Amino acid sequence: MSNIPAELKYVSSHEWIRLEGDGTVTIGITEHAQDQLGDVVFVELPEVGTTFSLSDDLGVVESVKAASDLYAPLSGEVVEVNPELEDSPELVNSDPYGDGWFVKLKLEDESELDGLLSAEGYAEVCESEE
Amino acid sequence: MGQKTALYQQHIDMGGKLVDFGGWNMPLHYGSQKEEHLQVRATAGMFDVSHMTVVDVKGSDARDYLRYLLANDVERLKTTGKALYTAMLNEDAGVIDDLIVYAMGTPGSSGEWYRLVVNCGTRQKDLDWMDKHAGRFEVALSERPEMALIAIQGPQAIDKVRTVLNDSQRSSLQDLSVFQGAPAGEWFLARTGYTGEDGLEIMLPETEAVQFWQDLAAAGVTPCGLGARDTLRLEAGMNLYGSDMDETVSPLAANMGWTIAWEPQERQFIGRQALETQRQQGVQEKLVGLVLAGRGVLRGHQKVIVEGVGEGEVTSGSFAPTLGHSVALARVPVATGDRAEVDLRGKRVEVSVIKPCFVRQGKKVFA
Repeated sequence: MSNIPAELKYVSSHEWIRLEGDGTVTIGITEHAQDQLGDVVFVELPEVGTTFSLSDDLGVVESVKAASDLYAPLSGEVVEVNPELEDSPELVNSDPYGDGWFVKLKLEDESELDGLLSAEGYAEVCESEE
Repeated sequence: MGQKTALYQQHIDMGGKLVDFGGWNMPLHYGSQKEEHLQVRATAGMFDVSHMTVVDVKGSDARDYLRYLLANDVERLKTTGKALYTAMLNEDAGVIDDLIVYAMGTPGSSGEWYRLVVNCGTRQKDLDWMDKHAGRFEVALSERPEMALIAIQGPQAIDKVRTVLNDSQRSSLQDLSVFQGAPAGEWFLARTGYTGEDGLEIMLPETEAVQFWQDLAAAGVTPCGLGARDTLRLEAGMNLYGSDMDETVSPLAANMGWTIAWEPQERQFIGRQALETQRQQGVQEKLVGLVLAGRGVLRGHQKVIVEGVGEGEVTSGSFAPTLGHSVALARVPVATGDRAEVDLRGKRVEVSVIKPCFVRQGKKVFA
């Protein structure tokens, strides 16, 4: 069973969301997701200032094995992207919940947070995929 | 539940991520495909390829039979253990499979016989085809499922293997030239591979495979999965059956023209007539290498656009760990020059077109 930190929120498309408490969230992909993808070799991220609606394509993660879309788990504006991923995409594999984060969004509608999964709920999603 | 090689438990114990591969439970990687790939280029890696099918061909007509069955000519094999890469074609010159033949026994004597290693995904149709055409020949075909097959590849592969062999096996390695094999008791050691590096492919009784695998690991040979095997062969510009060619593709459009033995002209082999017609009329397509210098990854089935010429298709593509960017094999119109575009998930990117070979012996081989 892969690591699913209890303090994070999740969506069934395998992104994790950390609530920063100031109206922004940090987004990445889960350990399970990076394990399924294998070695990540490129990450394509949006520009700061771009706005996204729930489920929009936020970027692309290319691994040796496959290309995978990254979905916006919440609506909002990109306020920061992880600058390290351009040269060190392997951080997504080595530290998916830490240095391998993707973007920070300024939330547009905090009520969307109600639609996110808890760690427990996400664990069930992973199990059902096994 | 798929089939298991003799090394199945080893793969699990060593942390392999097992996947279904042509009905077999095989390791895709043991943690990082990229790291395994780079280990092979820098030192040595080992691959369990026991899922591949080994067929021995014996009998007084063995040579005549194979000269009819295969597009390359086993007559070229003059010494014991010598290897030949060849296509097995259908009547229309489509590729049924690509395979390696080793000359066994004493070539040219009544004791000669041959060993074929064919793809696992094509096993049944290969065997059926071989049986079908064996009729008028005095031959006996026997599959050798009790043999394990381990490939050890990389600049340090042979040195590391040498440290774990017994004296008789070690002496078989002495003066072994490239594309040459040698028997050692029940074992067969061949200096062949599918990575573009020096190395060996060793056939041995499966009862001895676990010990050998563990000895190799203790000698510092990295276990590698089929993922790395695929990116290594792609960088080396080696075809993968089912992706880069199949029964609908001529070897002349799959960079396999060099494997066809046209001479002697009187040798009749299956597909020869169709091939000669194709050669006279001119083949419309060719297999080339594509290099994407920037970001993004070329993948199989992406469309290739050649301005003013036409369109083609990526047959295999991936990120190339040795190079740090993506490369691909693609089938394109023969008039294609040195530039093309690929439709990368809806976005057109420019690629350079080169001969299909990217890395050999750890080094980039294109400008």
